[in-house]
Amino acid sequence: MASLNVRAALLSVSFLILALGLWEMATQPPEAQTGLTEYEMLMGGAEQESRVPPPSAVIKLAWAELSDPFYDAGANDKGIGIQLAYSVYRVLAGYLAAMAIALPLGFLIGMSPLMYKAMNPYIQVLRPISPLAWMPLALFIIQDSDASAIFVIFICSIWPMLLNTAFGVANVRQDWVNVARTHELGPLRTAITVILPAAAPTILTGMRISIGIAWLVIVAAEMLVGGTGIGYYVWNEWNNLDLASVIFSILMIGVVGMLLDLVLGKAQKLVEYKE
Amino acid sequence: MSKPFLEVDGLSKVYPDGQGGELTVFEDVRFALEKGEFVCIIGHSGCGKSTILNVLAGLDEASGGNVVMNGKEIKGPGLERGVVFQNYSLLPWKTTLNNIVFAVRARWPEWSKEKIREHSERYLKMVGLDHALNRKPSQLSGGMRQRVSIARAFATQPELLLLDEPFGALDALTRGVIQDELVNIWQETRQTVFMITHDVDEAILLSDRIFLMSNGPNARIAESVKVDIPHPRARATIFQNPAYHKTRDYLVDFLVNRSGSATPEEDGTPRIVEPAIGVARSASAGAETETEIAAHAVNV
Repeated sequence: MASLNVRAALLSVSFLILALGLWEMATQPPEAQTGLTEYEMLMGGAEQESRVPPPSAVIKLAWAELSDPFYDAGANDKGIGIQLAYSVYRVLAGYLAAMAIALPLGFLIGMSPLMYKAMNPYIQVLRPISPLAWMPLALFIIQDSDASAIFVIFICSIWPMLLNTAFGVANVRQDWVNVARTHELGPLRTAITVILPAAAPTILTGMRISIGIAWLVIVAAEMLVGGTGIGYYVWNEWNNLDLASVIFSILMIGVVGMLLDLVLGKAQKLVEYKE
Repeated sequence: MSKPFLEVDGLSKVYPDGQGGELTVFEDVRFALEKGEFVCIIGHSGCGKSTILNVLAGLDEASGGNVVMNGKEIKGPGLERGVVFQNYSLLPWKTTLNNIVFAVRARWPEWSKEKIREHSERYLKMVGLDHALNRKPSQLSGGMRQRVSIARAFATQPELLLLDEPFGALDALTRGVIQDELVNIWQETRQTVFMITHDVDEAILLSDRIFLMSNGPNARIAESVKVDIPHPRARATIFQNPAYHKTRDYLVDFLVNRSGSATPEEDGTPRIVEPAIGVARSASAGAETETEIAAHAVNV
């Protein structure tokens, strides 16, 4: 009997073939039963009904796009690599800005029950707001669509990081804090050498949730602000009625999101510890 | 008479009892430790032993009284007092060696990396863990973890070592082995140790004096029992000493029958008891020892 991994891989591939096969069959144009009407002949025999493109068409398109991902033929025709790069850039910019605020603030809130109580109402009110609801205000204040998209990413990725950092820091085992105290470590050294590594797994969990949310939100944000990015690309291809491109870009969004999560997952492994 | 090394004067701890009143766990606790002494404290649960130790460590604050060490009042934790916790309190993301290095670096920040490492390794060797330098605490057994914790405390060479039931979570066999190791390290370093235990045999094996606490609330340190058995001691042979049995009987009797009613001297200091007086001094000759044991057996 083959190992579990091999069997799982075989099963995965079979599911894929089955799904693609069904999809291919379901999207075949029907056989012409009768002769074409005069109108249809006038229309060049074109189908009147638009349908989802078959997987073969999507794969063909994907091959063409991926073999030249960085071409730039003007504002409305850029390679998928360029569009994704724009999106990743915005996500990282907003995400890093959120990190720069959420980690220190989370530390502060986690260390001080007073700060926690003082900040908690604001966090609870601001956290459930859909990040896109900020968009008009951001556009008005910042007056720049690109920066507004980055702001939206910032505002949506700050909460999981902030809350997880605060939670992780507040719940560091008292024993470890006592070890720092009996060794006369100052507050800064205690924070760096004991509390940070102790809370790191929780903090990284928050960061991982944040990057996932940021990647979800960037697509919608770019549909709104337009110009560049994978979200804009999807919407643009929809306006072009190029459904093969829409499906292809949906898949690419999934792949990049998975890669971002994978990177954070690896980082999480690095700071994990067993008690 | 010169001031003792450590002086505890009128220590008390009061908690709110949850019904608007107050609960005095222990009160007017007085004792002194001399440099190089090994003292154990025994008492039933709830008498506040751990609180006393935490006050000495500076991790907890007493409601009244004060503690003076080397002429200075103890306020907050400090490197001159090392603590071994019952749950080891190793930093789980650091290796065995780095747990010790962490402490040694805090103690002597001016030392070079090599010197810190060398010093740390020496103490790990003392507890027989020089083969496990790069393992994480999660990869060690409970006994090994407690060894690391002991090595960490001894490595910083504190003036006072505080051990809070260090073997409480270990099985009997492991406990015995580490007790012997502790005897050896102490023999080598002669540090002043204050230790909490529930184990009468452990207390006799390790200490010069044993403090007996009466039951809480309003617990006191009622008696200070001298263990008149010469060092070095070993677990395998200590029971051959007649003083051992006298002392043991005395301790067990206190814990079973008298811990509820026992009181210290009028002035609040523990009553000094020497249950084995006159026995130990004559115990050097083998024949005599046997006679004593026989006599002891008859007495029992």
